[in-house]
Parts: sequence; structure tokens; C-alpha cells
Amino acid sequence: MAITREQVLHVASLAEIDLTEDELERMAEQLTAILDAVGKVSELDLAEVPPTSHPLSVVNAFRSDEPRPSLSRDDVFANAPAREDDLFRVPPSA
Amino acid sequence: MIDTLRLTAEAALGMLERREVSGAELFTAYREAIVAYDEELHCFLTLVDEPNGGGLPIALKDVIGTKGVRTTAGSKILHDYVPVYDSTVAARCKDAGLSLLGKTNTDEFAMGSSTENSAYGPSRNPWDPTRVPGGSGGGSAAAVSAGLAPWALGSDTGGSIKQPSALCGNVGLRPTYGTVSRYGIVAFASSLDQVGPVTRTVRDNALLYRIISGRDECDSTTVEIPTVEVPEAEDLEGVRIGIPRELNEAEGIEPGVADQVRNAIDLCTELGAEVDVCELPHSVEYGLPCYYLVAPAEASSNLLRYDGVRYSLRVEADNYYDMVARTRDAGFGDEPKRRIMLGTYALSAGYYEAFYGQAQKVRTVIAREHAAAFERFDVLVSPTSPTVAFPLGARTENPLAMYLSDLLTIPSCMAGLPGLNIPCGLSEGLPVGLQLVGSQFSENMLFRVGHALERAIGFDTVPERMRR
Repeated sequence: MAITREQVLHVASLAEIDLTEDELERMAEQLTAILDAVGKVSELDLAEVPPTSHPLSVVNAFRSDEPRPSLSRDDVFANAPAREDDLFRVPPSA
Repeated sequence: MIDTLRLTAEAALGMLERREVSGAELFTAYREAIVAYDEELHCFLTLVDEPNGGGLPIALKDVIGTKGVRTTAGSKILHDYVPVYDSTVAARCKDAGLSLLGKTNTDEFAMGSSTENSAYGPSRNPWDPTRVPGGSGGGSAAAVSAGLAPWALGSDTGGSIKQPSALCGNVGLRPTYGTVSRYGIVAFASSLDQVGPVTRTVRDNALLYRIISGRDECDSTTVEIPTVEVPEAEDLEGVRIGIPRELNEAEGIEPGVADQVRNAIDLCTELGAEVDVCELPHSVEYGLPCYYLVAPAEASSNLLRYDGVRYSLRVEADNYYDMVARTRDAGFGDEPKRRIMLGTYALSAGYYEAFYGQAQKVRTVIAREHAAAFERFDVLVSPTSPTVAFPLGARTENPLAMYLSDLLTIPSCMAGLPGLNIPCGLSEGLPVGLQLVGSQFSENMLFRVGHALERAIGFDTVPERMRR
């Protein structure tokens, strides 16, 4: 099953990556090959097998609900490319 | 004169305790080794100038968050990222007096098997610098083998500790999922990622595992673990060792690798173990496809946080959406992009059940097959890597060829099982790694078997060309 350029564009928009023309072509080719290989999982009939999302059977790992110190504002913004007062500054969304 | 190539962490700790050497002197000795060899090997991405503790130095893979010390994950998108808090493992190393030497090279976001996906250029194998050290944790493995650090930490999602240790000829443990905190680690695939020790001996490995393991309030997937025992026994009396046919006869295993592994298996019998063959019918054949759906799916979600808002790199644009998409195109290299795209596709409407949903069921099959094997055996043995270290550039053009490097390490990772690599000999002058896999929380058994075999094999971990 070949992945088309349009499918790559759609997935890239879901993944929020602005791929270049060159990358779109290459990605279509490589994803086709990889999906062909990993599609092997569909050979098995696993209708009765439950899925595993996590390797340990830990459930409800709670901690006590007590306030604790957290990062200072300056620490929170320390790696931000742009800050305005106590906000992350970003370009307009419209 | 401190011979960093020969000194084990255990011996160095003894010297510190007896005050025969100071932490500062040890730090200086490793710094000098780094100056002498790292230009060629490129194990380190960032060096620390002053020791931050009086104890033994340590190197940490650059996905491990270190307060005040740049942490890039091998990616341009985190080029200037300086964590404002320590990961739990970094804090535990500090608490134990260990002093950070620097941050080691890794494939970008730990995605790769050679370090060639690092945005900062590949590391090189100390046994032969024209070859890769394995990956993703090739920097940590090469640093330990070349005597640039007495020990190091790596992280393992599908083989990133075990495989580089195999290719560089040292001891690497991927611990049971949930035994070592992931708090403060740059996330790749959260249901698989585990931090673990890279060392020159099995006893060193147990000592470091003891420091970093145990429940952490900041990682709800961690649990209480059995007391870590530093191994002493040199026999394997009463140990039941299984040889999974599929892991030992897989296509692509080099004859020289198979020979050394067979020798090690014969030694198990000589040391008193009961050895028998067994089967993991679907785990190897379907393990790799399963991994390359589950891990990219989780990665596509985890890596959404690099949006040009909170961390490091931003490519400016007139509106928010273009800024995010351009930042991610400029900041991620080819492999993270491939995996993000693959994972997003596998999770998208119309494909979720056929790909991600089905892979999760295969994961159950793999876990059940291993559980059945551990009813009969304590440890499963196989090669760690199908091949010895391969030349730089040999697999970079073909992603699927690179993915096959982890064929034998992936199945047990999918089941959350611990795995230990120990060197078991040379093939073509390069180290061969033996993989020991145990049931969940059986690290003490892996250390015991690893230690007895290590003694019996007598492998010299110093790369031949560096011996003096």
C-alpha cells in the first residue's frame, strides 16, 4: 500500500511539522516501506487477546494531596524563547 | 598515576575510602583522558569543568536532565536547553557523592542504533574508530570502554543501553520497567523508556544500579524493589538457563557472533547451570514491527511538547501555527520526523485499530510467551546484537536496515523485562555481546549469572589498540 503525497501532507499537519517539498517526497517513499514492514502485525488473529499499554500491573498510584513548593516563575520561563511578564509570548493565532 | 582504562569503579571507590586518592584527583585523571581521546571518539556533548562532589566521577547520557548543565537529547531543537531541576537519577548520583564529568552523545531523542542520528555528529567505537559504537547510548558506552569515565548512565527504549554495550565490549543493564525513575528524563516512548548503568564489570553495574533504583514519588510508574545484591558466587549451580531458538537462530546473526555465544552457553553448563533450548514463537518475528508501531506512536505524542513556546529553539513566523510547524521542521532531524510521522499515522482515524491497536495486542502475546519461558527458566541467553560494530555510514541510507540492529533486544523490552549485556569474546577483532534476560525484578539473578560468566570468560574490556 503506497502512501501518497496527500496522505503525508495530512499526517504532517496533524503532527504540526512544516515539511519541505523534498522531505514530502522522501517521507512518502520511506513511510510506505516502513508501514509495509510493520503491517506484519496484522497477520496474526488476535481478536481474543487484550491489548497491553503498560508492562507493569500498577493501578492507582496515588500520593498524598499536600501542597509542596514548585518551580519559581523565573525557572519556568528560563528556557522560553519569548516571555512577556508572566506569560509565554507567541505570535497571533489568527 | 591513575590508569583510567583499567580502573574499575569498585576499585576506585575503595581507593577513595582508604584516602589513597581524592575525588578531585580522579576527576582530573578522567578529564585528561577525555582531552587525550575525545577529539577522535566524540563521546561527550557537554563537559563539566569543576567536580560537584567528592566522590567518583560519572558520565550521563544527554537525555538525562541535569540542573544547570545543558541537556540536548542530541537534538538541535534543545540546543540551548538548560534544565532548571535535576532528574531523579541525576539527584541520586549527586546524593551518592558522584561528580558529573559531562553529558554523552546520543542519537537524537535516543532514536537510533549508531549515534549517527545525533545532530552533533556521531561518536566512534574505541575498538575501531571507523565503526559505530552502537546507539542510541553510544557516547556513554564508548566513554566507559575508552576509560573516559569509570561508569555512566544510559537510557533504553528498545536496546539503547544493551546494544552499544555489546558493540563497545562492556556491561550494560536495561532494568525492569518501573525500577528506575524517569522523572526529568527527556521522554521518547514512556511505556518503554528505562534508565540504566553502563560499566566495565558486573559488580560495578550492581553498585550503580543500587544507587539509582527504587521508588520515586515523582514517577508514579516506579515501584519498591528487592534489595540489590552485589554478586559474589562464581558458579551457576541450580540456575536454569534457556536458549530461545528464535533469538539464537535469527536471520542476520553473524557466524562469529553465534560462535562466541555458543562458547558462553557451553561455559554455563561447565559452571553447573541446567541449560535447555526453548521457544518464543512470535516474539522475535513480530517484536520489531510491534515496537516500530508502539514506540513511534508514544513518541509522536511526547515530542509534541517541542512547540517553540517553552523550550530553546523557535523559528519566527507571522502566526502561531506557522511558528510551531516551522520550528519543528527546523529543529527535528530526519529520524525523529520519520518516527513522529509514523506514530501519528498509526494513531490517526481509520488506521488506529489496524496498526496501534493490533501492536498493543502483539505486545500481550510477547509478554505471555516470555512469562511461559520463565516458568521453566531463570535466565534466557542469546546474542545482544546480530552483528559486531558496523562501519559508519553502512546503515544510514536505509532506515529499516538500521532498525534490524535491535532485532534481538526489542522483544524483552516490549515485555518490560530486565536485560544485561556482558562481553563474551571477539569476532573479527571486535566485541561480541551476550544478552541475559530475566523475569521482572530479577536483576539480582542477572548480576549473579553475569558475574559468574564474566569471571569464567575473562574478557579484557580495554580496546586492543588502546592497551599499553
